[in-house]
Amino acid sequence: MNVAELSDLFVWSAATALTIALVAYAIDLARATEAAQAVRSARRPAVVGAGSASGGDVLTADPPPAASAASAPRRRAAGIAGSTLVLGTALLLVAIVLRGVAAGRWPTANMYEFTIVGTFCATAVLVVVQRRRAIAFLGVLVTGIAVLALVLALNTLHVQADAVQPALQRYWLVIHVGVAILATGVFTVAFATSVLQVLQDARTEGRSRLERPWRRADGLRQAFHGARVTGPAFAWLEQVPDARRLEALSFRLHAVGFVLWTFTLIGGAIWAEEAWGRYWGWDPKEVGTFVAWVVYAAYLHARTTRGWAGRRAAYIVFVGYAVVLANFTVVNLFITGKHSYSGL
Amino acid sequence: MTDRSRARQGARDPYRPEGLDDAFSDDATRSAAADEATPGGAAADAAAPETPAAGASSAGPVGTGAPAPLPALGAVGWLRWAWRQLTSMRVALLLLVLLAVAAVPGSVFPQRPQDPARVAEYLTDHPDVGPWLDRLGFFDVYASVWFSAVYLLLFVSLIGCILPRTRVHLAALRGRPPRTPRRLGRFPAQGSGTSGDAPRAVVERAAAVLRRRRLGVPAFRVDVHDEGAGTWSVSAERGYLRETGNLLFHLALLGLLVSVATGQLLHYRGQAIVVQGTGFANVQAGYDSFERGSAFDPADLDPFTLRLDDFESRFDPRTLQSRDFTAHVTVTEPGGEPTPEQIKVNHPIVAGGAKVYLMGNGYAPRLTVHDAAGEVAFAGTVPFLPQDEVYTSRGVVKVPDVSGGQDQVGLVGFLLPTAVEAAPGLWRSVDPQPAEPLLVLSVWHGNLGLDTGVPQNVYRLDESRMQQSVDAAGDVVTLYVRPGQTVDLPDGLGTLTFDDLPRFVALDLRHDPSLAWVLTFALLALAGLMASLFAPRRRLWLRAAPGADAAQDEGPGAATTVVTAAGLARGDDVGLQPELDRVLAAVLGAPPEPSSPSAGPDPQEDRT
Ligand code: HEM
Repeated sequence: MNVAELSDLFVWSAATALTIALVAYAIDLARATEAAQAVRSARRPAVVGAGSASGGDVLTADPPPAASAASAPRRRAAGIAGSTLVLGTALLLVAIVLRGVAAGRWPTANMYEFTIVGTFCATAVLVVVQRRRAIAFLGVLVTGIAVLALVLALNTLHVQADAVQPALQRYWLVIHVGVAILATGVFTVAFATSVLQVLQDARTEGRSRLERPWRRADGLRQAFHGARVTGPAFAWLEQVPDARRLEALSFRLHAVGFVLWTFTLIGGAIWAEEAWGRYWGWDPKEVGTFVAWVVYAAYLHARTTRGWAGRRAAYIVFVGYAVVLANFTVVNLFITGKHSYSGL
Repeated sequence: MTDRSRARQGARDPYRPEGLDDAFSDDATRSAAADEATPGGAAADAAAPETPAAGASSAGPVGTGAPAPLPALGAVGWLRWAWRQLTSMRVALLLLVLLAVAAVPGSVFPQRPQDPARVAEYLTDHPDVGPWLDRLGFFDVYASVWFSAVYLLLFVSLIGCILPRTRVHLAALRGRPPRTPRRLGRFPAQGSGTSGDAPRAVVERAAAVLRRRRLGVPAFRVDVHDEGAGTWSVSAERGYLRETGNLLFHLALLGLLVSVATGQLLHYRGQAIVVQGTGFANVQAGYDSFERGSAFDPADLDPFTLRLDDFESRFDPRTLQSRDFTAHVTVTEPGGEPTPEQIKVNHPIVAGGAKVYLMGNGYAPRLTVHDAAGEVAFAGTVPFLPQDEVYTSRGVVKVPDVSGGQDQVGLVGFLLPTAVEAAPGLWRSVDPQPAEPLLVLSVWHGNLGLDTGVPQNVYRLDESRMQQSVDAAGDVVTLYVRPGQTVDLPDGLGTLTFDDLPRFVALDLRHDPSLAWVLTFALLALAGLMASLFAPRRRLWLRAAPGADAAQDEGPGAATTVVTAAGLARGDDVGLQPELDRVLAAVLGAPPEPSSPSAGPDPQEDRT
């Protein structure tokens, strides 16, 4: 077995570890739902008034003793999830280093490598975020995306570890692509946070709590109501920080992601100036990066625009993240441009 | 998070980050100030940062359906209204979204500046919608009227919103921190403690702590107030950098646009194919294609010369992928000495104020054609363009200068650098390096059409007035020629000699005097963005009152100074409470009592 195969093996084991983390997070999430239901039935007679008076805040307090029956196995699931997440992230790091050794260069030259490094960034950000506040849902979403990405990478994007052609032989391959991957990882976790924020918001501000007529609620929210975000299946949301805090967390992540993305854009332009003889040429990849940048700038503006702050700003995040993903997949696979280098 | 939104929490939106009009989260200050007997200082201070948004916030309601007093609205009124709309945050947001949408068709449809051939192909494939799309600018999106309109409007909007904000910010930079509000209890970050020192001493120590320098600048701007009756307080503000950064970011975007536009006017770019052993002179006629901005005069081209001495290429022996290209050239600037240089992919050189890029390479066989009369009708190199990884290269040899009365000759075909006969009569190249070069050509004769006045593509043969040579059996004649060989042309047209096989390089030359500016503004924008997103903007207040006053609260016997502190931040700020705690600890010399009202189960979480 050579070093490149060893690297692939490590990616497989990382995918396995992350799958275990995914399952553990899912169990944790299910338990959280049960616990939340237990809390609710335990205190329903007493707190109905208080709960509706002060919005979500009361509901997000720590579960009272009634819920602690469910919390021991919960903690075990959360513990397993946390440690397998760290393990998977570490395995992935080893895989990436080995890949770099096998190819004799920085391992971010093709879609396969981009995917595994991007997944590594996302799980690393998740590790950091979960240290501060463990949110099972975030774990499920991010490890879910990570496992999917890794399996996809191994099965359809995999290419031989090899040196690259002259146009890629530059330290910018490290800076530009590296930062782009990092930004994608950060955006992934930020996106998950925004999803959570919208769910939480829809739950705490369900139909009955809307001050305007239901007809005028925006479509996404009506859709969520159809999915019964306010129902028992989403009771775990009561264990999650309230929408305001999620929004703050999501904004902080997006701020970091946006700065990294801006740097990707500038670094790409500097590199293009050296490699292609122009800093900007509306190549499909450049267009995609630009569109994502503008969409995220719109998000930052929406946050500060009356009537757009909060949930609607989060919808812009969904668009932005979709553009980031499309820029990586659709543009690489289906549109020919100057970035179509590595076969895949 | 503003206090206003906090107050609304139960009623309307549970969370609402601050908007343009909340230059600071001033509501707390204002409501606190309203409690004061004389609302003078603090209220005026609180109102000041509101001014920047006067445009936006007054446009807000207009936009949401409550029009400004209509009768008074003359032409000027409408203009003002339109201007306010344009410079409102809402419209800026709309324009940003529009810009994102408008940029998409450019990667969906082929674009003329990038790939004219694919545009032509699209037009023939879609004869119905194609012309319409063309008329609407979909094949040159980024120069189209609608795309330009969106970004120009956006930048006008940007100017309209940035200028007043700059003015207000400059005033704010000279301002003082707002006075200590009477009640500190309603602020998002809080702390308290007691001290054995006199109130004045405590407050002065606090001022010293707050003024501590970080990276050479004081962290806070600090005012000390004597509030009478032995009570002292200190008010402090930091984070002017945040708004500075934001303005810098937006102004740098403007600078970026202006420098890119200037570059468009002043630039030129051209392509030249240079064959090994020959040179290139930097005059417009020396280029194969040349394009320039309207403010660039081709007479200003710096007439340096460049000679291709040698060309090296390396390929991966297994995958045949390219690994390295190096062009060894000699550059002679006017009046200068010839200097040897190397051009590589990714490593352009600078000559005569232009960057010279290595964009492509290939083989240019040196051929000699003798016509039927035995005269030399053609002698020179002909670049053959590589079509694939193994440099199967396509080319055309046009021989117009035949002796009088004879047919002109055109040779069309391929160069195979390492030719292998895969099947009888079927040759292909297996390696990009010239191990076994072979020219495979078919022969045409007749009129090349060079004198029709229509410019011709040198890589295409216009066959409309020519005839292909066939042998006696009616099969097309194919010539196979190796370097050093001479073969007879069919139909008694003469002979062809393949002399040798030099290489050529395709160079891009580009001059753009705005590059340094573009880079500078881009980096300034990045720096401004980071300051605007990461520099914390905070206000802290600390009040020290004699213990006697506090006796009612603290119970009898508290002969100490009672210290209360509060903090307010712009936006969501995790670091506010820790900073307040740090200051208190430094002032009191002991950890403060955790007394934040929102101190929940997780002290790490943000208090906004
Ligand atoms: C009329 C046009 C514009 C207006 C009124 C405007 C206004 C603002 C304001 C008030 C902020 C501060 C928000 C805050 O500090 O929280 C801001 C931030 C920002 N603006 Fe603009 N802007 C405009 C155009 C643009 C354009 C054209 C771009 C880039 C495409 C842009 C990108 C940004 C970014 C990235 C931020 C940082 C967000 C933040 O600080 O939260 N803006 N803009």
